[in-house]
Amino acid sequence: MTTTDHMSNEETVPPGTGDVVLEVRDLSVTFPSDDGPLPAVREVSYVLRRGEALGIVGESGSGKSVTSMAIMGLLPKNARVEGSAKVLGQEIVGLKDAQISKVRGNKIAMIFQDPLTSLNPVYTVGYQIAEAVLAHRKVGKKAAMARALELLELVGIPNPEQRLKQYPHELSGGMRQRVVIAVAMANEPDVIIADEPTTALDVTVQAQVLEALEAARKETGAALVLITHDLGVVAGHVDRIGVMYGGRMVEMGPVEEVFYRPRMPYALGLLGSLPRLDEDRSERLTPIMGTPPSLLALPRGCAFAPRCPMARSVCHEEEPRLLATDENGERVRVPVEDTDAHTAACHFSEELENAQPTDLFKGTAVDADTVEAVDEEERQAEEALAEVGGSSDTADGSGREAILTVRDLVKHFPIRSKGLLKRRIGEVQAVSGISLDLYEHETLALVGESGCGKSTTARLMLQLIKQTSGEIGYKGQALHSMSPRQMRPLRRDLQLVFQDPFASLDPRMTVSDIIAEPMRIHGERNGGAKKRVRELLELVGLNSEHGSRYPHEFSGGQRQRIGIARALALNPKVLILDEPVSALDVSIQAGVINLLEDLQDDLGLSYLFVSHDLSVVKHIADRVAVMYLGKIVETGTTDQLFSAPAHPYTQALISAIPLPDPVKERTRERIVVTGDVPSPANPPSGCRFRTRCPKFADELSENERVKCVEEPPELLDRGTGHQDACHYSRAVELF
Amino acid sequence: MSEKRAPAAPPSADAESVGGVERTQLQMILSRFLRHRAAMISLVVLVAIIAAAFLGPFVWRWDHTVHLEIPPSVPPGADHPLGTTTAGHDVLGQLMRGAQQTLKVAFTVSIMGTVVGSLWGATAGYYGGRVDSLMMRVVDVFMIVPLLVMVAAIAGNARAGTTWYAVALIIGFFSWAQIARVVRGVVLSLREQEFVEAARAAGASPSWIIVRHLLPNAAGPIIVAATLLIAVAILLEAGMSFLQFGIQPPDISLGQMIGDARTAASTRPWLFYPPGVLLVVICLTINFIGDGLRDALDPRQSMVRR
Repeated sequence: MTTTDHMSNEETVPPGTGDVVLEVRDLSVTFPSDDGPLPAVREVSYVLRRGEALGIVGESGSGKSVTSMAIMGLLPKNARVEGSAKVLGQEIVGLKDAQISKVRGNKIAMIFQDPLTSLNPVYTVGYQIAEAVLAHRKVGKKAAMARALELLELVGIPNPEQRLKQYPHELSGGMRQRVVIAVAMANEPDVIIADEPTTALDVTVQAQVLEALEAARKETGAALVLITHDLGVVAGHVDRIGVMYGGRMVEMGPVEEVFYRPRMPYALGLLGSLPRLDEDRSERLTPIMGTPPSLLALPRGCAFAPRCPMARSVCHEEEPRLLATDENGERVRVPVEDTDAHTAACHFSEELENAQPTDLFKGTAVDADTVEAVDEEERQAEEALAEVGGSSDTADGSGREAILTVRDLVKHFPIRSKGLLKRRIGEVQAVSGISLDLYEHETLALVGESGCGKSTTARLMLQLIKQTSGEIGYKGQALHSMSPRQMRPLRRDLQLVFQDPFASLDPRMTVSDIIAEPMRIHGERNGGAKKRVRELLELVGLNSEHGSRYPHEFSGGQRQRIGIARALALNPKVLILDEPVSALDVSIQAGVINLLEDLQDDLGLSYLFVSHDLSVVKHIADRVAVMYLGKIVETGTTDQLFSAPAHPYTQALISAIPLPDPVKERTRERIVVTGDVPSPANPPSGCRFRTRCPKFADELSENERVKCVEEPPELLDRGTGHQDACHYSRAVELF
Repeated sequence: MSEKRAPAAPPSADAESVGGVERTQLQMILSRFLRHRAAMISLVVLVAIIAAAFLGPFVWRWDHTVHLEIPPSVPPGADHPLGTTTAGHDVLGQLMRGAQQTLKVAFTVSIMGTVVGSLWGATAGYYGGRVDSLMMRVVDVFMIVPLLVMVAAIAGNARAGTTWYAVALIIGFFSWAQIARVVRGVVLSLREQEFVEAARAAGASPSWIIVRHLLPNAAGPIIVAATLLIAVAILLEAGMSFLQFGIQPPDISLGQMIGDARTAASTRPWLFYPPGVLLVVICLTINFIGDGLRDALDPRQSMVRR
């Protein structure tokens, strides 16, 4: 049926527009604000052809979501939208809401980021899909339900008949996002706009959802606009890519062109600041200096110029247009319809022909100003370090003494009945018997998907929550049996850095007070604390004058630096980093990672690095432990684990991470897991991974499977300290 | 690479500039409050009322008691700007004394109730679990008892309800529960925030966290509740006086004046309206000042418009 529908759709296309399904021209969106007009989107133009996939990437605040909201007519009334957006030749901008509704959901559909909030919790899944069908088609309820069933099959939901009658809360995150995709597909739209469709999901689930999206799109022949901040996600799934910065499209072209031959320093910088799975650890990341501009105070000229290492005077005066570069190195105008053209908004894009991120952003001869600035900062940091002193006795790494040890750690959270009695009706097995050793001056990464117990482990190690059983030792002292009062002096040595730089700083305290707080708690004199705060601010690369400001005046990356400064205030020996960079934009993330690496070298810290992002882990960690449902399934050095992962889960995890490289991403072999993580309240018997294990499903015989079901595998050494917990483990090379 | 280079400021990790001279926290709070017009006007009015209530009696020749020289039931005029009562009081003298007593009661109740209620609620919210259940059951008991009945019963029996501080203590004892409830609710969500965990990780004790982190962050709701409590206390005191359980004659409060003049509203309006209007004005100004304070204490509030 889909092919015929496809045909009929094509016939309805008004003549003259060819196969263009979405045409955006000079689209600008301005929000009124108390501090003056806020230009969120400025003169964005692009076309989308039938069946094509366009990726739009950009950091938070770059205007990528606002653009699509404007196309969907979903912006608040006070937004001023100018320019034009045509769907199948029909102008959308300026239409009344009732008129847009006829187009919305029918010809153009949208998939939102958070599947939790984009479905209505009080209606069944089937009803919500049928509702989308009924809104635009004159069919009966029965037919609509039949269509809903068909759609659920299309997006790969097992047992669709059952699922139709379920409510959103009965489905997992991945399933819900598939339902959202099904809703979007309901009327076979010509254009689907997916706004960060997988950002809220785990990597293994992300891979599944992207596949479902791809399958659904093939089936209906819809064109896709994929909006994301993740360069890896776009690399494998789109034909063309547009890069947005400061409300403008700054580069656009076929995906290979943009990834391999970027013509705009910003795109190049983004690629350089991304830690990659397919690269060696030794390479330092090349962050982009500074922070994205405030839309209220956009610089004159190119918006990227203040952060650009090759900015010259013309860049600060004249805003570059989105132009292509011809064979002679001249910048020329190309029509928006030319979808093969590679355009960039940079006055000097021809000079970037063969540039590498390292040349430009850490380069020596390229821009002396920046280099000086970097040097200056490093020098200051070193001075600050010299003043800090004391703890930088890192040279003697002779004795590989475990500084923090964990043995058979177990944490069960009780599930209590509602009502007055609060009886214990079960327990969530968050951590089920794990052992770890953290050595001095090393980084141990704890990796896993959400709900695997990695953050709980981190908090147990700091005794912020009490373990159910097991032992935690720090330098021979048994932390697990200490009272909070006994623990307090030891907290000087063990510090924590949080994921969310917005929630982890008290909004009512100044930055100085925040950083000085640990010292005040431990009864240090006020004068000493003040001096130390200045040192710490400089140490983490912030201006020491900024101590009197409040956290909300800083950007995400700066706040994370404040959080790190606070953790360093008491000269700790161990830092436990709970997803320290996952809330940050790519260009900012690289700077924080580099800072962490420098601090470790200079202060001789040991890191426990909790993360779900294997690319970052590969870049920063010495050893890695992979967790799944409260157990460690594999551990080894970073090299061992990434070059020859032995446990099927590790293999799946690694192959689910999208590479920011279009060719590699499309051609690489994948080990795909199905389904979602089971509930830790009721984990599977035997091997906990068996319900999703590709090996269990495809390779093993009936007899072999019995062992997986009945016997929990132990973490065994396969030689050279590389351990895994699989009965039938076999190392696989994935790169 | 190029001969021309822009005189760009070297990009640094903190390129964001927030502008303005560095100011101390107190100055910033003050400047934010000063910009809040309604709060500023209210503050001026309230200060004027307080000054008149406390300093006026020293200047004005009549106090709040009966004087034989005062002619009864005289409408406002040159000798008695607000008129006189049937018994021979000067209404202006009564009004100043009454406002004074009422304000003393209101502020005492508000401070007492807010301090006790905030600490109680924050402690319950921070510890959670059984401590919370137990502490909140106590709050429930205080909430379900009809306030006025309890106050009246105690005041009637204790025979102490004749002085303003006794009245204030009794009202205060029964009015902290509402604040405790509000603060507990706020603290329940605050304690899950990472900055609280950060403080715990740094080795902070529960009392440190409650005083340094939880209460300051709950300041908005606390201030709103405190200002509401002032209004409630004024009305409660008025109610008690009206029922003859509050401040006893010959001393006087605004509530008592209103109670005494309840039948005279149409025949001798000068007895009824001055205390009535003053009561409303006091409650309003305090509410506006509370709004201003709430906004001024929130550092995220960059601008205050009104």
